[in-house]
Amino acid sequence: MVEGRPSTSVVWKWLADVPDPEIPAISLLDLGVIRDIQWRADTLEVTVTPTYSGCPATSLINFQIEAALSARGIQKLTLKRQIAPPWTTDWMSDAGCKKLEAYGIAPPRSTGSPKQCPRCKSNSLEEISEFGSTPCKAQWRCKDCLEPFDYFKCI
Amino acid sequence: MSFTSILRMGDNTLVLGQRLSEWCGHGPAPEEDIALANIALDLIGQTRLWLDLAGNREGLGRDSDMLAYHRNPWDFKNLLLVEQPNRDFGITMMRQFLFDTWHLETLRILSHHTDKDVRGIAQKSSKEVTYHRARSTNIVIALGDGTEKSQLRMQSALNRLYPYVGEMFMTDKDDLIDMAALRPRFDAHLSATLNKATLTKPESEFYHKGGKTGTQHSEHLSHILATMQSLPRSYPEAKW
Repeated sequence: MVEGRPSTSVVWKWLADVPDPEIPAISLLDLGVIRDIQWRADTLEVTVTPTYSGCPATSLINFQIEAALSARGIQKLTLKRQIAPPWTTDWMSDAGCKKLEAYGIAPPRSTGSPKQCPRCKSNSLEEISEFGSTPCKAQWRCKDCLEPFDYFKCI
Repeated sequence: MSFTSILRMGDNTLVLGQRLSEWCGHGPAPEEDIALANIALDLIGQTRLWLDLAGNREGLGRDSDMLAYHRNPWDFKNLLLVEQPNRDFGITMMRQFLFDTWHLETLRILSHHTDKDVRGIAQKSSKEVTYHRARSTNIVIALGDGTEKSQLRMQSALNRLYPYVGEMFMTDKDDLIDMAALRPRFDAHLSATLNKATLTKPESEFYHKGGKTGTQHSEHLSHILATMQSLPRSYPEAKW
């Protein structure tokens, strides 16, 4: 249990430890879905933006936030869903992009295509499909090492 | 904005999302199967946003689940195009291409709508639909400009579905925007794509109507709703 009320900056740090349910290599903070944390009287309000409208991870993300904060002793919590402005990959942290690449997923780029193969770093790439294992990813292939890989789409 | 005008957006994404989900596990290749399921997921997600907003504006306490599962076919305001059966992959992708082209142009205009909530949903959806249209356009071109057999099948898909295009551009008091005004941009993308795909637009501009007004849905809508609604209608309190 926490003595008194933790500051919002402490809560931000706590949420930096909560992994994304689909891509556990990055945190919810790296993903950029936590938009605001405020105290409203004795209730903590966390504003969350969904990545894709139909992403099934959205409800799991909310559950993980509740679980993480409840474990830290937060008893009154509301999660506010905010769709505007829409989530963009620009909100992903630089550290998150590096972690993605180390995990084998090419990070988003404004050009709309990955920079290099996350495994062998070759620039000789081809797109297999605009859609991959989750709504946020596309499938690409490296023409040098011949390995397929996920690319986090830029939206 | 009125209940019906928002309902029209949500019913389109709901019925097409449900249609595409019928492909899950049956796609011609794993990549296509995954892509169709992902697009269905995006559309169902958008449906939740639109129908929750519609229910909110109606003010009778109906949420998106209530509107999706507890309305009868004649209360649905989707376009006739989206309720047409999948039949084969070519027809599915031609339907998707025609819908995506209309959908993206609609969302681009709605992204500047005076209603803040409508604007928010449109801005979010248009990011997703940009990918949908890019994909369906590429596939129509690849299959149209493919083998002799695939070209014939795509031409026949276009001939079958073109009579459902006109309804998308009818405008009445229940539309959020002037749909007719979108036609030039739709036509521009259509002819550029058909040209690359070596396909020919049918000569007749005749079109079926009655979907978006709910007055004359095709027989297919009742069947798809029966499948989609059977569980919540049989067990209205069911939860998991």
